[in-house]
Amino acid sequence: MKALKLKRDWIIGWLLLLPAMVFLFAFTHIPAITSLVSSFYSTPRGRRPAKFLGLDNYQRMFDDPVFWKVLGNNLWFALGTIPLSIALAIVMALWVNDKLPGRGFARMAFFTPTVLPLIAVANIWLFFYTPGFGLFDQLLGLFGLPATNWLGSPETALNSVIVVTVWKEAGFFMIFYLAALQAIPKTLIEAAQIEGANRWTIFWRITFPLLMPTTLFVSINAVINCFRLVDHIFILTDGGPDNASALLLFYIFETAFRFWESGYAATLTVALLVMLCLLAIGQFFFFDRKVHYK
Amino acid sequence: MSCAEKAQAVCWASSQARRCFNEGRFAMLKSTLLTAVTATALTFSTWATAQAVDLQFYFPVAVGGKAADTIKELTDGYMSANPDVKIDAVYAGSYQDTVAKAITASRGGNPPQLSVILSADMFTLIDEDLITPFDDYLTTDEEKEWLTGFYPAFMENSQTGGKTYGIPFQRSTPVLYWNKEAFKEAGLDPEVAPATWDEMVSFSEKLTKKDANGNVSQWGVRIPSSGFPYWLFQGLAIENGAILANAEGNKTNFDDPKVVEALEYLVDLSTKHEVMAPGIIEWGATPKAFFEGQTAMMWTSTGNLTNVHDNAPFDFGVAMLPEKAQRGAPTGGGNFYLFKGASDEQLDAAVDFVQWITAPDQSAKWTMATGYVAPRPATWETDTMKKYAEGFPQVLVARDQLDHAKAELATYQNQRVTGVLNDALAAAITGQKTAEEALSEAQKQADAILAEYR
Amino acid sequence: MTSQRISYDRTLNTVAAWTLALLWILPLAYAVWTAIHPAAYEAHFTLSAPLTLENFQKAWAAAPFARYFLNTILLVTLILACQFFLCTLAAYAFARFEFPGRSIFFTLVLLQLLVMPDILIVENYKTMRLLDLVDTIPAIALPYVASGFGIFLLRQTFLTVPRELDEAARIEGSSALGVLWRVYIPLAKPTYLAYGLVSVSHHWNNFLWPLIVTNSEETRPVTVGLSVFSAIDSGVEWSVINAATLMTSGPLLIAFLLFQRQFVQSFMRAGIK
Repeated sequence: MKALKLKRDWIIGWLLLLPAMVFLFAFTHIPAITSLVSSFYSTPRGRRPAKFLGLDNYQRMFDDPVFWKVLGNNLWFALGTIPLSIALAIVMALWVNDKLPGRGFARMAFFTPTVLPLIAVANIWLFFYTPGFGLFDQLLGLFGLPATNWLGSPETALNSVIVVTVWKEAGFFMIFYLAALQAIPKTLIEAAQIEGANRWTIFWRITFPLLMPTTLFVSINAVINCFRLVDHIFILTDGGPDNASALLLFYIFETAFRFWESGYAATLTVALLVMLCLLAIGQFFFFDRKVHYK
Repeated sequence: MSCAEKAQAVCWASSQARRCFNEGRFAMLKSTLLTAVTATALTFSTWATAQAVDLQFYFPVAVGGKAADTIKELTDGYMSANPDVKIDAVYAGSYQDTVAKAITASRGGNPPQLSVILSADMFTLIDEDLITPFDDYLTTDEEKEWLTGFYPAFMENSQTGGKTYGIPFQRSTPVLYWNKEAFKEAGLDPEVAPATWDEMVSFSEKLTKKDANGNVSQWGVRIPSSGFPYWLFQGLAIENGAILANAEGNKTNFDDPKVVEALEYLVDLSTKHEVMAPGIIEWGATPKAFFEGQTAMMWTSTGNLTNVHDNAPFDFGVAMLPEKAQRGAPTGGGNFYLFKGASDEQLDAAVDFVQWITAPDQSAKWTMATGYVAPRPATWETDTMKKYAEGFPQVLVARDQLDHAKAELATYQNQRVTGVLNDALAAAITGQKTAEEALSEAQKQADAILAEYR
Repeated sequence: MTSQRISYDRTLNTVAAWTLALLWILPLAYAVWTAIHPAAYEAHFTLSAPLTLENFQKAWAAAPFARYFLNTILLVTLILACQFFLCTLAAYAFARFEFPGRSIFFTLVLLQLLVMPDILIVENYKTMRLLDLVDTIPAIALPYVASGFGIFLLRQTFLTVPRELDEAARIEGSSALGVLWRVYIPLAKPTYLAYGLVSVSHHWNNFLWPLIVTNSEETRPVTVGLSVFSAIDSGVEWSVINAATLMTSGPLLIAFLLFQRQFVQSFMRAGIK
């Protein structure tokens, strides 16, 4: 009888899972595997079918200076965006959760980037960054400072892209922190205040530890986004100058859909997948120790 | 191009789109069926030639504006004169969208019969085995003669290996725009543009304005270098007597000393002479910078003529690019291509349509609506064009420059090879590499890419 | 002394919050400025600049935004409906059923949290070509309909539903799906709301994959429409592009402003924190 119920549970479980797994396999797991397979082949062109190359594409990738450059860019991009956007999100959430005058306006302001498509606001930022008559240069000009070619010099291009990304992300992450803050019992804070703790101590001793699960959740999102968010690059720099602001996914797009080299693009995709899997393993270990979701 | 015109154009495109939407995914099936039906009809009847021929025709609009509207007007005109031909003109977006759509549709077994695609994409399309030369469909002497009626500069990007793969249609070329008021203010003759490289530098030195802090409020010249810097740079290279790639599209000459010298000149404009803003200069913001008085001269496409005409708050002039060893400029823009997979009847009709639309009357209409350079000298001889040029003499500059123009850089794997050159140019402009280093590295990479095509 | 310090501290915080808020809203403010003034004032911020609605007219007429808008609405509705359906079933299976392979499948689901479809553009494009779906709205939606994030989130919520409620419903004769429908889904409403909002805002703004997989106006969503529209030879026309941006983002912006309180609360109740 018990065994029968178990069998029934098996079947129901599998059936419930089936539709989702079909789509997951079709658009995530199988493509990941076929990427690996295509990475060993040349790109088929009209007159020539794909031929097996072995590790040639990987050899090419290791010898490709652009690959190393975009990889380095992506790491710098991650370092620039993740901590900064999370820190800002916490600060914003604290402010908005506090009874500041005009907090409704502040909340709206912080939240607007989430709603505006990155591809559209990139045009606005393009104006801000324009040398000479752009907003930043007009403001700096008031102080007699010279015009800066923010997007057109290799030293500042990637950082300019990072600023736009932080602007976009911090407001979104703020929502998660805001929800978390509102769930913290007020009595806890009040008790601490009665004992004479100042705001700084309260934050580091009580609020921040209680926000830890949110921070982990948000940081996973931030890590994913730093490999995923490339929309604004199309408008702001198109990866330039000399690939100074190109990220890995942007390079994959360029290789596959501008150069029409799907073989090499698959190789690059595999590199990205490997990196993400390493990160995934690292983070799940981290997750397991700090938070018990299961 | 005024915005109202643009509006109309896109509106038309959208109503067109809506019509297509109803057919949705079945469009492919339907067109296959239609082809089959047509083929059957042709086989089984002796009056086959009287049957309707269906053509699908993709076109991009890069400059925006009235273009899409005019295309519809022209195709409608053709169809009413040739009731046995039905042309479905599909607005496919930008040049990149159009080539992507054509490649995708072809791989999916549903190619258009005719498409306007960048002339520089010729080798890519040949490599993908998608297009077929026009020569097979030009049988009479008169038709063969027709090929010789285009400006040779435009045909360079259209022929290879003795075959003609492209027919010039929406073509452009870069020119120099100058602000006459700024010239006057700097004590220059407002009616005279710099004719040589040296003059461009000396004029620019006079035009560059610095404030007390040493900050520049007006630059002398602006040669945009974002996105596709190779195009304007090619102008400099040609002027210096260099050719960037051979006619077979399998060898580049990036490390030619003349090319290096051209790049050095470009870099010197901002570093040595300090008459151009340093770093990469945004293409999209260039007309605005010109209107705002940020620069007294700019290099950009003739496709901007109407925009500048409508929006510049001052008198402006248009001139050919200045010379070094010779005058010179690249051509740009789109050609007609014939796609494989169509029946001979369809391709015959397509070729007939191309001949018709590039004929003087139609071509004049097209040029006046869009600002593209009419590709056949005969068009410029029509009364309508003569009258148009009288009222707007700047349009003649681009035409006259064609005598000195050369093919736009085009090779096999064109996007990759131009990408390599673009990166090299950016590296030199931003001072990471010297012109010589950057170009010889680019040449090595281009050699590696093109080796398999030799 | 202390009260003085507190008020000083408070003022400082208020000033800082306002400064940051002003910085954050600057792009939106600029969009509004350019959209309601003639193009000549794109870079000149004088209060006496004349007002105009012409940019909106131009933008509306310059690209088929009504069509793009409809496409986006179809797209996000399709994605959301499929996500709710698929993720609910899968989450229910993971939360309440014992079956062989459960933990392996769950790991595979979690893997999708990091290996998102956005990265597999090359292979997914080939799949769409194989299915003959290139340039259709379902092609934009399909890779996202089974969302690892959604399954994970709903599973967490379903796990918090007391077993007793489940068993009581079963004793009353409900089937497995009946219990899901009557017990689990109603209790997970805040999660659905929160997840729905994240999903809608994500797919409303998604760009790269739709750019690749669509190539005609009848399928393009707003984001791709905006980019095609701004990539013109004759230079960027900020006034028109910003008018277009405001028109297309307006509904979402207003919806979020109206519902932001509920949004935060649903997040709180959904346990996304």
